[in-house]
Order: sequence, then structure tokens, then C-alpha cells
Amino acid sequence: MQNWIVLGATSGMARPFLRRLAIDGARLMLAGRDMEELETLAKDCKLRGAAEVEVIAFNIRDTAAFPALIDKLAATQGVLNLACFVGTMPEQSAIDADPMLIDEVVTDNFTGPAKFLSLLAPVMEARGEGVIVGVGSVAGDRGRVGNYVYGAAKAGFATYLSGLRNRLGRKGVHVMTVKPGPVETRMTEGMKLPFMAKPEQVAEDIMGGIERRANVLYTARIWYFIMMVIRAIPEPIFKKMSI
Amino acid sequence: MTKDTHYTGWGRALRAKGPVARPEKLRHLAELPPTPAFGMRRSYGDAPLNSGGAMVDMSGFDRFLAFDPETGCLTVEAGARIGDVATAFVPQGWIPAVMPGTGFATVGGCIAQDVHGKNHHHVGSFGAHVTEIVLLQNGVELTATPGTALFQATVGGLGQTGVILRATLRLKRCDGNLMLVTERRARNWEEHLAFLDASEASYTVGWIDATATGPAMGRGIVEEGEIGKGLVKERKRTAKVPLDAPHFALSSPVVRAFNQAYYHRVPAHGRTIARPMADFFFPLDKIHDWNRLYGRRGFHQFQCVVPLSSARALRAMMERISTSGLASPLAVLKRMGAGRAGYLSFPMEGYTLAIDFPNRAAARDLIRTLEIETAEAGGRLYFAKDALAEGARIRTMYPELNLWQEEVARADPTGAYQTDLVRRLNLRSA
Ligand SMILES: Cc1cc2nc3c(=O)[nH]c(=O)nc-3n(C[C@H](O)[C@H](O)[C@H](O)COP(=O)(O)OP(=O)(O)OC[C@H]3O[C@@H](n4cnc5c(N)ncnc54)[C@H](O)[C@@H]3O)c2cc1C
Ligand SMILES: NC(=O)c1ccc[n+]([C@@H]2O[C@H](COP(=O)([O-])OP(=O)(O)OC[C@H]3O[C@@H](n4cnc5c(N)ncnc54)[C@H](OP(=O)(O)O)[C@@H]3O)[C@@H](O)[C@H]2O)c1
Repeated sequence: MQNWIVLGATSGMARPFLRRLAIDGARLMLAGRDMEELETLAKDCKLRGAAEVEVIAFNIRDTAAFPALIDKLAATQGVLNLACFVGTMPEQSAIDADPMLIDEVVTDNFTGPAKFLSLLAPVMEARGEGVIVGVGSVAGDRGRVGNYVYGAAKAGFATYLSGLRNRLGRKGVHVMTVKPGPVETRMTEGMKLPFMAKPEQVAEDIMGGIERRANVLYTARIWYFIMMVIRAIPEPIFKKMSI
Repeated sequence: MTKDTHYTGWGRALRAKGPVARPEKLRHLAELPPTPAFGMRRSYGDAPLNSGGAMVDMSGFDRFLAFDPETGCLTVEAGARIGDVATAFVPQGWIPAVMPGTGFATVGGCIAQDVHGKNHHHVGSFGAHVTEIVLLQNGVELTATPGTALFQATVGGLGQTGVILRATLRLKRCDGNLMLVTERRARNWEEHLAFLDASEASYTVGWIDATATGPAMGRGIVEEGEIGKGLVKERKRTAKVPLDAPHFALSSPVVRAFNQAYYHRVPAHGRTIARPMADFFFPLDKIHDWNRLYGRRGFHQFQCVVPLSSARALRAMMERISTSGLASPLAVLKRMGAGRAGYLSFPMEGYTLAIDFPNRAAARDLIRTLEIETAEAGGRLYFAKDALAEGARIRTMYPELNLWQEEVARADPTGAYQTDLVRRLNLRSA
């Protein structure tokens, strides 16, 4: 039996991913802070074929509650997998006005998920199987004037995941970093962004990535090439660009 | 609320500009002031547009909420696509009782237009299989059940009684996962109508070659479908029209050639084949954004229904269309039953004809003439397709308009849910 714990299960990107898992008959644990939405989502997953669905109150800033959840996960029967969709992206201008916000951005996008995964790591090592999917962003590949604090947090998370992959890969646990370009969700509502993907497409790419054990997955695909170009721009030129 | 966006219906001929909110959580929807809603904007004209103000995109509310395997009653959020419902429930032996020609239509949109399917002559319209509708009306949630005025004003009611949040549909038992389709050539108009009249199949539809003239006028292919069991190759990939096509893409010689080939695809003595369900119900869905084939100016669909006794008048209209050289390959002729579930529902017992035209002056003139002829034939135009009608004329086609207006005035006294279509046709006053 495949078990999936999904952190940030109410995310727009998580929804079609959860449906794919449900259709495959997985056992799902939906973790998040919006209980009402989680309950609705749970009904949907159940009706679409999930073997079992459980709802778990979870806040990425509440580290004190992590160990109890880790114990619960350690006791799960069958294969344990995790996907983390948690993230927040305040406007850069809001952060410029109140730099103390940086703590929250770094907690939600990087240190919170990293702490949870580091607590889970020994559990996964002992199990010797399973997949961890961490959602970063193309924004982490280069510091842009428009959202470099969010980008920095995602870059930190990506580097962390790279190390975790290195550590857990030796024990048969696969870690995949997902780097989406712009996706049509609540996070981007009302923004006009290039090559905007649908969450359904992202979910399909993630499923494909899991299957072939991709290490770093750009989605939509075109972002792999776009970021290759953007990373290659020399800093003296890049610093004058506002892309 | 978000910045202004430009958006259109499926026909892309009418446009709107304004803020569009796309909430995913009920709480966020409830925080908005009363605002009209759209689903997937598969209506062709301006039913899902509001240039006067804001709009709510309901496609983020697409969750299944409850299913009773005894009765087949399924409660879903209004933004759920009807094709997704079919995909999820056909393997369990249930199918939506009514499905329009696109699986992308949402449950909310199917209710608000009281849509019909290829089985209308047997099962009636979409609303006949809805057992409950939950509305958000000026910040208050309320439930409409069959038999009430609120229900009849909501079904086919163009969203004017409030935002549909969720609904309960009674699904139909279905014993199989594919379609057995019998295709027959109808050599002319008379034969075409005769085949439709005689058909006893569960699902029946006629494709009509709108370019054929003379003795072949009205020829086409009548498709009859039954749900069956077995294995067929599912279509793998969908195609996409990435750019607006140039104007000549659907010019008259191209259409004529296409129609000729399409007609002769079916052998003269007919054939029966097994097809994936989606190919039968939603033949165009596999080409994403096919509306871009009509280029930047967009297109119109003319759809009317006339009573059985007006078959001759419909023939004259078809004659006019065929000789105009303006029609596209997408033309459908169907026999309709009497079933309708709301005050403003489109169906009436008779024949319905639906034809696409590129958005050009000559086509608009033709559609206006057809509109007059529809009225004279005692027929009706469909709000899901209309972009050009004259308000006074289309209002006379809906004899229960006053009942609808009364209920809508109660539901929305300030006119907060008005859309471009409602204003253009002046549906709520007069
Ligand atoms: C290829 C194709 C084939 C079609 N075939 C058929 C057919 O066979 N039979 C048929 O009857 N129709 C057919 N149609 C028309 C289509 O089924 C209807 O226009 C349907 O309403 C589209 O659903 P939607 O979710 O896109 O609604 P929209 O077009 O977005 O909205 C339609 C109306 O419903 C209202 N509305 C939508 N959602 C809500 C909500 N949640 N609350 C309140 N109001 C709401 C809108 O305000 C608007 O007035 C077809 C359309 C296409 C493009
Ligand atoms: N959308 C894009 O364009 C895009 C691009 C690249 C990367 N990403 C990343 O993709 C992931 C998913 O984002 P999305 O686009 O689906 O946006 P979203 O719908 O806003 O999802 C964000 C998720 O994070 C959760 N969350 C936020 N703060 C939390 C906290 N303190 N505790 C627990 N959960 C919390 C949210 O829960 P609530 O429902 O309770 O708010 C929500 O489930 C994020 O990591 C995002 O950074 C998004």
C-alpha cells in the first residue's frame, strides 16, 4: 500500500496531484492549517478512489507539533511517501517595506519544511524506501529584483533538498526537487506571467518525475531551458535587467 | 479582487474587460460582494461576460462532495466539469443523465443554461436530473429544490438568482464504458428528418453538410449511439490550436472539401463501430482551443429550435444557409423532446439546428434573417449561443419570461448578478 502525507494539501498545485494519487488508490494524509478546506478535499479524494483519507492539522511554523506527527508517520503500514507544497510569497514591495517579513518567508518556504524533513529523515532511512517530493521554484535559480527574498528561501530549500537526496539516496529513499514556473493558483491570482501552466499539467509532470525518479524537475518543461539561459547571463548584464 | 482582464465566451466575437476573481475556497468567495459567475465560458456569446463590473470564475470549485451508490445521487461543487464526472463514475456504472457536446462545461453552467444532450428526446434537459441546488444569494446560502419557483428560475436562469455553489445530480445507471455507434448517410433533407424521426436509439444526432445544395441539400450523417461494453483504443494525446488561424482557414472551398470528405467517410450502406465514450459525447474536446481556428475575429453559432409542425420553415432556413456559402463544417440537426426544467429553458418539442459561422458582416446579416424566420416559425433561439439577437424578439420566444422576472426580482433586487447578455437583451425588465 502506498501512503502519501501531503504538507500544504490545500494548495492549488496539490489538488490535481492528490487526485492522481486517489485514482491510483493510495492512502492519503492531508496536512494543513485550513481544516474546513481539508475536510472538503478529503471527501473529493475519497470519491475519486483513495483507499483511505485522513485529515491532519498542521502548521509549518509550529515546530513543537512536529515530533508527534513524525511518530505517527513512523508507525504507518506500507510504503511511506511525502510531498511538501507549503509556501508563501508576499509581494517583494511588502517585504521591502517591512523586512521583518523575511523570517516568515524563510520559515514557510525553507526552514519549516527543512526541519520537518530532517526529523523525518531517520524514519525514512530506517524504512529504506519511499519518495520525498519537495516543491521549490524557478525563482530560486537566480535573484531577481521582483522577488529575491522568496527566491532566496526557495534556493535554500533546493540546496537543502540536494543534500538530503545525497543522504537518503544511499538508503533507497528518493528525493525529488520540483521547480515550477508560474502556475495558475491562488498564489498567482490576477498576475500576468509568462508560460503560465495549469496545476493539472504540473501534477502530471510530478507523477512522471516520480516514476522515472527524476532528481530535479522543471515544470512546465520549457522552464528548464529558460532557466538554463537565465542562469548563464553574466552578472554584470543580469544586474541591469528586470525580468 | 484582481486587476482587469480581457476575456470572451467560446465564440470570441464579443469581449469584456473587467476584474475576474478565481477563488478556490468558499470563504474567499463569501468575502466578495454579490458578483455574477461563470464556469468554463463554453457559452458562445456574452452570457458569461460582465463588462459592467466584476465576474467570479467558479472553475476552482470542482470537488466531489458526496455520492449515494443506492440512488446514484452525486453532490458536486458547481465548477466540476461534466466530463470529469463521467470519467470518474462511468467505471462505477454511473453516467450523468445529460451531457452537452463538450465535457468542459461545468455543472453550474449546465444548470444555468439547462443544457440538452443527444438523448434529449428520451430524458429531457439537465435540470430534470438535478435534485438540489445550493445558491449563494447576496451573501446568504439557500437551497432550491424541484417544484419551487426559485428552482425553475435558477435552472436555465443564466445565473440571475445568485451564484450556484453546489448541486446534487441524479446519475443514470450505465452498463458499459464505450459507445456502439451506427452511422448512416442521409442523402438529403427529407431523408435526414425521416431518420431522426424514426430513430429509437438512446442517443441520436445528425451532422449536416451545410454546404450541400440542390437535390443534396440537407444531406448528412445520422449517428445513433448505445452504451456498450468492450475494449477500444482510448485516444492518447490531445492536440492544441496554438495560434489564431488566418482567415482563409475556414473559407468556403476549404469547408466544401472537408464536408465532402466527411460525408463520404461513412460507407453508403452505413456502418456500426465501437468508439470511446468521450469521442462520441465530446468529439471536439480533443482539439484544445479549436475556437482559434476562426481567427482573431471569432465566430458565431446560430442555434434555433422550431416546433415539429414548422419543419418546412426550417427547410427554407437551411436552404438559405446552404446557398450563402458562409457556413462552417460544424452543423448539427437534432430532434428534441418537450422536456424543459426552467422558465427560460431552451428546449421545445421539435427540431433544433446549430451552425457555426465566422464573424463577418455577411454572416451576421444571415443570422439576423434566420432569427426573424425562427420567430415566424414559432421557434426559439438559445441563450448559450446567442450574440446578436434583438431583445424584443428573443423575449417573445420565452413565454414564461414574466415568471422568471418575478423570481429574479425577489432574488436579486439590486441587479448585482446581471451580465452582458442580460443587459443586451434587456431580459430583466419590460
Ligand atoms: C463544443 C461545444 C458543444 C456544445 N454542445 C452543447 C449541447 O450539445 N447542448 C447544449 O445545451 N449546450 C451545448 N453547448 C453549450 C454549453 O453546454 C453551455 O454554454 C454551458 O452553459 C457551458 O458551461 P460553462 O460552465 O462553460 O458555463 P459558462 O458559459 O461559463 O456560463 C454559462 C451561463 O451560466 C452562468 N453560470 C455558470 N456557472 C455558474 C454558477 N456557478 N453560478 C451561477 N451562474 C453560473 C453564467 O453566468 C452564464 O450565464 C456546447 C458548447 C460548446 C463549446
Ligand atoms: N503558483 C506558482 O506560480 C508557483 C511557482 C513556483 C513555485 N510555487 C510553489 O508551489 C507550492 C504550492 O503553491 P501554490 O501555487 O499551490 O499556491 P497556494 O495554493 O497558495 O499553496 C500554498 C500552500 O501552502 C500552505 N501554507 C502556507 N502557509 C502555511 C503554514 N504556515 N502552515 C501550513 N501550510 C501553509 C497553504 O495553506 P492554506 O490553504 O492554509 O493557505 C497552501 O496549502 C508553494 O511552495 C509555492 O511556493 C508556486
